[in-house]
Amino acid sequence: MGDYIVLAISCILINNILLAQYLGNCPFLGTSKKMETAVGMAMAVVFVLVLAGVITWIVNTFILQRFGLEYLRTLSFILVIAALVQFVEMFLKKSIPALYAGLGIFLPLITTNCAVMGVCLINVNEEYTFLQALVTSFSYAVGFGLALILFAGVRERILLARVPKPLQDTSIALVTAGILSLTFFAFKGMV
Amino acid sequence: MAKTLVQEFTKGLWDEIPPFRLVLGLCPVLAVTKTVENGIGMGLATTFVLVCSNILVSSLRKVIPPKVRIACFIIIIATFVTVVELVMQAFTYPLFLKLGIFIPLIVVNCIVLGRAEAFASKNGIIASLADGLGIGIGFTLALGALGAVRELFGTGILTIWEKPIQIFGPSFQPFTFMIEAPGAFICLGLMLCVMNMMGSK
Repeated sequence: MGDYIVLAISCILINNILLAQYLGNCPFLGTSKKMETAVGMAMAVVFVLVLAGVITWIVNTFILQRFGLEYLRTLSFILVIAALVQFVEMFLKKSIPALYAGLGIFLPLITTNCAVMGVCLINVNEEYTFLQALVTSFSYAVGFGLALILFAGVRERILLARVPKPLQDTSIALVTAGILSLTFFAFKGMV
Repeated sequence: MAKTLVQEFTKGLWDEIPPFRLVLGLCPVLAVTKTVENGIGMGLATTFVLVCSNILVSSLRKVIPPKVRIACFIIIIATFVTVVELVMQAFTYPLFLKLGIFIPLIVVNCIVLGRAEAFASKNGIIASLADGLGIGIGFTLALGALGAVRELFGTGILTIWEKPIQIFGPSFQPFTFMIEAPGAFICLGLMLCVMNMMGSK
């Protein structure tokens, strides 16, 4: 049990997917202008990432490895993720319309979120067991949400500040992300 | 809208140079630019995928039904990424190890899908080839430049063709911050700022 907690903490804080592993930066910059969109994106990522992590683990172990098809990994993982996102979208629209309205346009965007694909590949490369894969998928997603929401809060404040013209918009956002990343850097060596 | 081929090619080098003008595909930009070599290797791999997928998407653009076009594009891109992955594993193994999961992640690089959707699915094969090549080379240059800045300040050494060259002399204290994650963000942010200053003149 202790091992899983350590794994979870290292995925959320130390190896934070956005700020230490550089994955999923497009939605990080794209959806962090407002707090609402950031929360929506974070929820959608937690939802899809856990499902995708589990399903790609199953596909990899029981189909690709069994039949010696590891070279098809990239192709099959992206297909699984794309199909999963589509399926989740249709399912939510039919059965939980409130949640669908909340996640809205963020669901289709997740297909090209490299955080999802990246975590699936990390799970396979590190040869995690099923339970470990489940824990890492969930904690990476939580780490993504944490960083995204923190960053959105900071960015809302930046709107009030007077930023020099060439630094405006994406440029200042990247510098801010760098400083935020520096604070997460302090967790290194904790475990 | 009659742009010449040369214009299609050169727009990727300055006017629409990713990741500065088109803020897309940031993950590989931040992650692999610890050294010049990694940056350029990643850029060339992306260029290959970009050119091949642009050509194939463009030649199949009348066959692919519009409703499932994104899925078709992703499969085309994933195929070429697998090709790159296997070729790099066979011929440039050290680089393959350094770039790690970022090679399969070219699949979800928004630049590649973005060009397929925005350009190749509407234009002819030759124009798409020029577009892919231009954007790809622009991307490679950007990665190389960012890698050079980070490697130079982070270690004081530039590695070109596997030969380390000491730039700052022995008394230079390496600014290790630059080759870690925070340095990547701040460096890219400041480069974007410089680009904006030059563009606004």
